[in-house]
Order: sequence, then C-alpha cells, then structure tokens
Amino acid sequence: MGHTLIEKIIGNKVGHEVKPGDIVTVDVDWCMIDDIMVPFAVQKFEEMGFDKVANPDSVVLIYDHFLPATQVDDSRHFRAGDEFADKYGIKRVHRTDGICHQLMTEAGYVKPGDIAFGTDSHTVTYGCVGAFSTGIGYTEMAGILGTGQLWIKVPETIRVEIDGTLPGNVTSKDVILRIIGDLTASGATYQALEFGGSTVDAMSVASRMTMSNMSVEAGAKCGVFVPDEKTCDYCRIPYDDSVKALQPDGDATYTKVMRYRAEDFVPVCACPSLVDNIKPVSEIKGTKVNQVFLGSCTNGRLEDLRTAAAYMKGKHVAPFVKMIVTPASRKIYREALADGTLEILSDAGAIITTPGCGLCCGRGGGILSDDEVVVATNNRNFLGRMGTSKVQIYLASPATAAATAVAGYITEA
Amino acid sequence: MSKIWKLDNDIDTDIILPTEYLAFETVEQMKPYAFSPLRPELAGKIQPGDMIVAGNNFGCGSSREQAPEVVKALGISCIVAKSFARIFFRNAINNGLLLIEQPDLYDEVSEGDEAEVIPGKEIKVNGKSYPIASLPENLTEILEAGGLVKAMRKRNGLD
Repeated sequence: MGHTLIEKIIGNKVGHEVKPGDIVTVDVDWCMIDDIMVPFAVQKFEEMGFDKVANPDSVVLIYDHFLPATQVDDSRHFRAGDEFADKYGIKRVHRTDGICHQLMTEAGYVKPGDIAFGTDSHTVTYGCVGAFSTGIGYTEMAGILGTGQLWIKVPETIRVEIDGTLPGNVTSKDVILRIIGDLTASGATYQALEFGGSTVDAMSVASRMTMSNMSVEAGAKCGVFVPDEKTCDYCRIPYDDSVKALQPDGDATYTKVMRYRAEDFVPVCACPSLVDNIKPVSEIKGTKVNQVFLGSCTNGRLEDLRTAAAYMKGKHVAPFVKMIVTPASRKIYREALADGTLEILSDAGAIITTPGCGLCCGRGGGILSDDEVVVATNNRNFLGRMGTSKVQIYLASPATAAATAVAGYITEA
Repeated sequence: MSKIWKLDNDIDTDIILPTEYLAFETVEQMKPYAFSPLRPELAGKIQPGDMIVAGNNFGCGSSREQAPEVVKALGISCIVAKSFARIFFRNAINNGLLLIEQPDLYDEVSEGDEAEVIPGKEIKVNGKSYPIASLPENLTEILEAGGLVKAMRKRNGLD
C-alpha cells in the first residue's frame, strides 16, 4: 500500500513503514522555544528532575514575541532563556534576528525530511520545506529537552490539488484562506494537509510558507509540500536522491482530495472574528479601516513587502489610516532596505518597525481599541487578538492590505 | 455532581487566556482573566468541581499551555466537547486535566444543569446517560500519574 508524504517523512525517521493511527516515538531533530514560553519550559524541565539537555545542538531559542520589550516584566523571559542556554550549553540563541518561524528555515536549521517541534502553534510553517513540524506545549518541550524524543500519532492526510495560473491580484494567502473556509476551522483536526499541483509547483518557497503557516487554522497537525529544487536552493542543500524520495506514492490513501482550478480564486478576507469566515473582497468592499498591518510569520517576507511596494509606489496611505509594516526577520529587513522596498513603503506613509511578532499577537505597537477596524496579513482574527475584544480584524493578502491602506477602505488590488 | 458551564463552538486559546496575561509568573495571577474576552464574569463564578460543556474544536489556536493550566487552576474537573483542537488536547492531558469527547451532550444540556461523570464509561445528566470512550493507554498513564511532569519525575527515579 502506498504512503502519503507525511507517512514517508515519519517512516524514514523511525526506520519502518507507518500508517495513520500508529503511535510512534520519534527522535527530534529540532526544538524551537520562543521567548513567551522559555521560562515555563525551563521550570517544567527542572521540575521533571533532568540534569542535562539530551541534545543541546538541536535546541534553538528565539526571542520575538516580546521584542523590543513593551512591559516591565518582559525582559525576565530573555534572562531565563540566556541563563538556561548558558547552563546547558545551548549555542543557538537568536536574541534580535526576527520571528521564530522565519528563522528556523532561513537560518539553515530545518531541512526536508526533518522532524521539528516548537512551543508555538505556527511551528507548522516548516512543512514548506517538506519537514514534519508542529506546535506543542512547554511541558512536552521540557520532556523533549530531557529525553530527545516525543511520541506522536501518525496523522491521516487530506490532499489539496491546485492546478493552473492564479489571477494577478491573488496570492497564496487568498488560496489558503479559501481552503480554510472550505475545510472550516476544525476540518483538518488531527490530520496532515498535503499540497500539490502545478500552481503549488510554480510557487516560491515564501508563498508555500504562508500556506503551511496557516494550515493550523483549519486544525491541521501539519501542512506539507513535496521538496523540490527551489526548496533545496532555499535550504542550501543538494537536490539529491534522499530529497527526491520525499514524495507521496501514486496509490497513497487520503481521507479526502480537494481539487481547485487556480483561475477560480479571487482575493478574499477572513472576516471578524473567525478564521473560516471567508468572503470575497468584492463583497465587503468599502468597509472603512483605521489601520493596516503588513507583517508576521504568515506574510512578512520580502516578496510580501515587494508586492505591497509595487502597488503603493507613488501613492500614499489614506490620511486617517495608520499602516504598520513589520519585516519577518533582520535578513528580510536588510534586503528590503537594499532594494528600495522600504523606501517606497516609507514614502507612502507606512510605519516600518523592527522585525518580530509585533502587532500580530497583540503585544507590539499598534494595539487597537473598541470598534476600530484593521486589515492584517497575519493568521488570526480571534476576539481580542490585536487589542480589545471589540476590534474588527480582517485577514487578507499583502496585495489587498496595500490597496486597502491607500483607499482607506477594504478593496482589492 | 458537577455544575455545567456551557460554551460555544471554536473556543480559542486567546479567549481562554489572552496573550497579555501569558507572562504572569503564576497561574494564580492568570485566573481572573480566563475567558475574559467572551465572558469576563465567568472566572469569578466557577467553583471547584464544576465542568465545562462545549461544541466543536474547543481550544483551537495557539499552543499556550497556560490555557489548560488556568482552566485546571479554576477547579474545572473536566471539559466535555464535541471535539478538541489537538495541541490543547495534548496540553490538557499533560497537565492532568480530563477531556472527554461526546457528540450529543452539548446539544441536550443547559448551563447550570448538574452532571455526574464516570470516566471511561458515561456521563449522567437530567436522568439520561451519555456513553464515553476510554483514552489510549499511553495517555491514561500520563493522566493517572497526574500529568507529564510527574510521569517524567517517576521516569527519572525521583518519586
């Protein structure tokens, strides 16, 4: 019987064939701990009675949610991380480099076929390079720190096939939002999403990251892409037989197959306050906005900033709108600085902030208050996510965000 | 008997505990803010031994383990939902908080009803019995140890 991509990845790691429902214990290639969760993971690790970290080189600490600190207690988290790294010989600590989910592949850690766990739900992002990665709590992370292992249940797989060419004003963000709308916020719970088809093959790794990143919003355990030559270029590894073996069999079993024509996609928004409340932008066009946010681990990459800059060149943000742009990493920030992207956005009136999670998790500059409306390129529009529980959050693509910032009301590019 | 607090579908972890309260050092400090975006009064009303009944996808969203920890700290004895999000599910078991999937209970009970939960067997409410399944063996072991920390302490020969 054939296997899906996720069954191949897990099977390769444990050294035997696996099927959905199998409970297996895996050796963990990468552990990512973000600043919010560091003190709690350390506390649990010590309560468990471990005296050493099983594999310090597999551990990456990343400070991003609280950076730069906005509350007096935030720096406690950085201190806890620094002390832990020092005590247990953890060398991979990113203190100011950007968002964890951007750095875990950008900095050359997670590669095709790897297994990674992180203390943040958007750890699913690394599926973009054909890795199995998912979010866990800090107690489980403490267990991995001590043992180097974690038990997992092999998930069933939903196959998503997209073929054709996307319309010019549609990005991979619109694609994944539509898929979440069709699946609902719980439609892929406990399951893997496996993306394929000519549209997906033509996408950049950055565009694929957006889709892997948001697969958890449909409840998925992971969202994986078959690694190809583009993936290997990005990961700076050869496209060899071990990578080529990471693809699903023709006779693999799926719980369902969803098929789309790329030409049928339109710009969409996830409307307040559910990620699966998806509407075409044309239906909500004209909704006045107070703020636009371009950034996050979903859409804070160079191509996202360039998309916005291409639209905004020579235009200006509407006078009553504040547009906040947050590159996902220092590398992206510097690239966007070097190629003039940030200059265009700044000339257009955008506020450019330091790389980090910023506004997405309601911690950074730009918090909103009652009855304000924000169009945002991040991944969650939950009640109270970016300010008070009466803020109206619309999730959209970078193209829609840019067009909306200029118009002052929701509109497509 | 446990008093039922009823919540809807898709109760996300930002509702269970908003991000701004995650950095408190202790769960005790977080308790008053549980469920505050949706029902600010709820945390103050929950009594030890009460239970939550909810619809689909309870605990969706972030991986913040403070969510099940704060629910347990409020004294909630178990959560019965049509379904749970996977990270919340693992986090709850790892903290010794009992979760039960039951497809019918949510549609047939009201807030304030009293229920009796017999783990692995049934829930009795308003004279009616609702069957429930047992957890897989490896999870039962963690739950019976009182959570993953205690299970690991046992592994490390400490308890």
